[in-house]
Amino acid sequence: MTSPSPVAKSMTIGEAVLVPLFAATAFLCLFGAAMGHDTAYVFHASLATVASLAAAFVILNHYYDRPAQLPPQEINGRPNYNLGPIKFSAWMAVFWGIAGFAVGLLIASQLAWPALNFDLPWTSFGRLRPLHTSAVVFAFGGNVLIATSFYVVQKTCRTRLAGELAPWFVVVGYNFFILIAGTGYLLGVTQSKEYAEPEWYADLWLTIVWVTYLLVFLMTLVKRQEPHIFVANWFYLAFIVTIAVLHLGNNPALPVSLLGSKSYIAWGGVQDAMFQWWYGHNAVGFFLTAGFLAIMYYFIPKRAERPVYSYRLSIIHFWALIFLYIWAGPHHLHYTALPDWAQTLGMTFSIMLWMPSWGGMINGLMTLSGAWDRLRTDPVLRMLVVSVAFYGMATFEGPMMSIKVVNSLSHYTDWTVGHVHSGALGWVGFVSFGALYCLIPWLWNRPLYSLKLVNWHFWISTIGIVLYISAMWVSGILQGLMWRAYTSLGFLEYSFIESVEAMHPFYIIRAAGGALFLIGALIMTFNLWMTVKAQSADQAQGAGLLQPAE
Amino acid sequence: MTEHDDIDSVSGRSTTGHEWDGIKELNTPLPRWWILSFYATILWAIGYWIVYPAWPLITSNTTGLFHYSTRASVAEDLADLEKLRGEKMAVLGNASLAEIEKDPALLALARARGKTVFADNCAPCHGSGGAGAKGYPNLNDDEWLWGGSLDQILQTIQYGARSGHAKTHDSQMLAFGRDGILKKGEIVTVANYVRSLSGLSTAPGFDAAAGKKLFTDNCTSCHGENAKGNQELGAPDLTDRIWLYGSDEATLIETITNGRAGVMPAWSGRLDPVTVKALAVYVHSLGGGK
Repeated sequence: MTSPSPVAKSMTIGEAVLVPLFAATAFLCLFGAAMGHDTAYVFHASLATVASLAAAFVILNHYYDRPAQLPPQEINGRPNYNLGPIKFSAWMAVFWGIAGFAVGLLIASQLAWPALNFDLPWTSFGRLRPLHTSAVVFAFGGNVLIATSFYVVQKTCRTRLAGELAPWFVVVGYNFFILIAGTGYLLGVTQSKEYAEPEWYADLWLTIVWVTYLLVFLMTLVKRQEPHIFVANWFYLAFIVTIAVLHLGNNPALPVSLLGSKSYIAWGGVQDAMFQWWYGHNAVGFFLTAGFLAIMYYFIPKRAERPVYSYRLSIIHFWALIFLYIWAGPHHLHYTALPDWAQTLGMTFSIMLWMPSWGGMINGLMTLSGAWDRLRTDPVLRMLVVSVAFYGMATFEGPMMSIKVVNSLSHYTDWTVGHVHSGALGWVGFVSFGALYCLIPWLWNRPLYSLKLVNWHFWISTIGIVLYISAMWVSGILQGLMWRAYTSLGFLEYSFIESVEAMHPFYIIRAAGGALFLIGALIMTFNLWMTVKAQSADQAQGAGLLQPAE
Repeated sequence: MTEHDDIDSVSGRSTTGHEWDGIKELNTPLPRWWILSFYATILWAIGYWIVYPAWPLITSNTTGLFHYSTRASVAEDLADLEKLRGEKMAVLGNASLAEIEKDPALLALARARGKTVFADNCAPCHGSGGAGAKGYPNLNDDEWLWGGSLDQILQTIQYGARSGHAKTHDSQMLAFGRDGILKKGEIVTVANYVRSLSGLSTAPGFDAAAGKKLFTDNCTSCHGENAKGNQELGAPDLTDRIWLYGSDEATLIETITNGRAGVMPAWSGRLDPVTVKALAVYVHSLGGGK
């Protein structure tokens, strides 16, 4: 098959470094698997041994199979885009999305019908809840971000992704992190920090993967063939850099033993709480906002075939957003042991964040000027635009809820859950679906299998979101009012359990909304699968025709 | 500048002249309402910083013109509460149970206090309305394991049953089967005898005489000659058709074989004396108080 090559074949730096490194890691992990103090650690060490060996083998195997010359940077004067890692990451996003939504539906149902905890530790709400949040935010959202960022940075820099092995290391390594984190939750491994539950060894691995991600992205920007950096790439870069900082700031921990999963966080007391919500809120700000705004800035103009509404707005709202977001975390700790001054800053910066957030919404929506009619005929564009509308709604609701008097009613209630989900399902979910509906056909160079099914997905999921968030608004406000109701003698009017009873109907409605959202995503999976499969059939046919001639 | 020459035909605006993968950017100015609203939120924030504690200093922080603090506002709320019912609660604290029973205002206060405390502390086992569950006595009926007078209820709440407290109610149903006191067949016979005491059906071939003899030999020391129970020992009345664990044959066999020793925690260390007193009054008022 391979034709003789004019240049001598040699290993790339990546290949030469990674093969021995993975071999050494496999040996270390094998040691961990043999000597580990707890089952979860032994299980994870075994997984890592197998994965490291497989990685070393695959890299070596690929080295022997590949031609001496690396893929060219350009073919016929056009950039030779690297699409493989993007394809992988896009499908992982679909897979984790379905898994995450399904677990979400299960835990929503557990709240309505506690018997669904099945009295088993690994199916209990306490372990499945972080599985749900991590699966949707980091696994689904993270893969969407990596896939789209690798695509957008190549297209808008008109250059091939930096590195050959590195992008694969990022996408596979990131998904291995998800596997370790998720199985850890089920086995009861957690450092009990919300949205930062994975233990020290998973955190270390993520750090390595994330730094590689940053380098691949940066190096691609550096070798760009365009004079300027497109706005989407500012947002992607802000997302990647800030997540690295947040991850390092929130997770410094001392393991009890290098052969066990348990560790203790370096921070203590209210400082730990402050770090946790500085991290937690900016996971929303930079993972779920900045990253997805990047998606908006590329996919909406591209799909609508219209220019971005305002360059000036994009630059002002970008800098305002990233400067202000990082201060807003303390609004998660109103009326706690956090000093009053910090609460004030958290609240006021959240209020100032309102317009910078809306700047993104305006730029997304107004990009449609001159193309509004497309919303009737293109359900993918409709999905993207509705996501921006949800973004606008959630970024008004957020600053409002950060106001201390409002927060005194809303905090610890389902209103928070409703707010998060109007952002998560409406904004992050829909903008991701819209991007995937664009990306998969572009990657496989095929038309989307069915626009009609996108329409079904859109309406079923929209009804699901509306059911979900309105149920949570009502139950959250009801909860807040019940908890603060006093009798004339100054005793609490309702017991906690009475408020739980009052939530029951809303929990059923919420679960129904979640089920609709999941059904929509399953329709999308089928649609995307058929899009890709259609090509395989095509190729098979093409190959069949060519074979006799060979 | 050259970029101004590129005009978007739909909006009539110039673009910045850049293009990435076919995407251009319009040179639209900032929407006026947007930038004014942004300034307004900044001004509001500055105003808020001036009147509330806001910025950290080296060893302290700015306190703001209002000198607000969460701690002070909680103290204020507590002071208001003290004004509202402090005096009344003090009277309640000094009143004996009998005095509370006689004074309608005190009784209402004690019940109101007891109701909220019951919901948060007792309802998880005894149910929101005190209707109980398997192993957790119903507090609405007039059967009382350890007595249903105000004083007896107070004592049970204070020290609990088998709670480990020095003054706890401590006796328990013996494990007649597990400890080899009775044989399997004998336990079945006693179980059926116990059922017959409250007029429930018995298994075919049940020997009533043997049952009575076994009951007399083993059970009457606690449950009494007539099986009416003994509140000194927490031994339930077996004739009144009220069952803590269940009346079916299998449950009774389980009860007699392995015994029962349900735990009621002692609340005297967890709740203050006035609250425990109020709780006793509330439980007494649920329906079955003697």
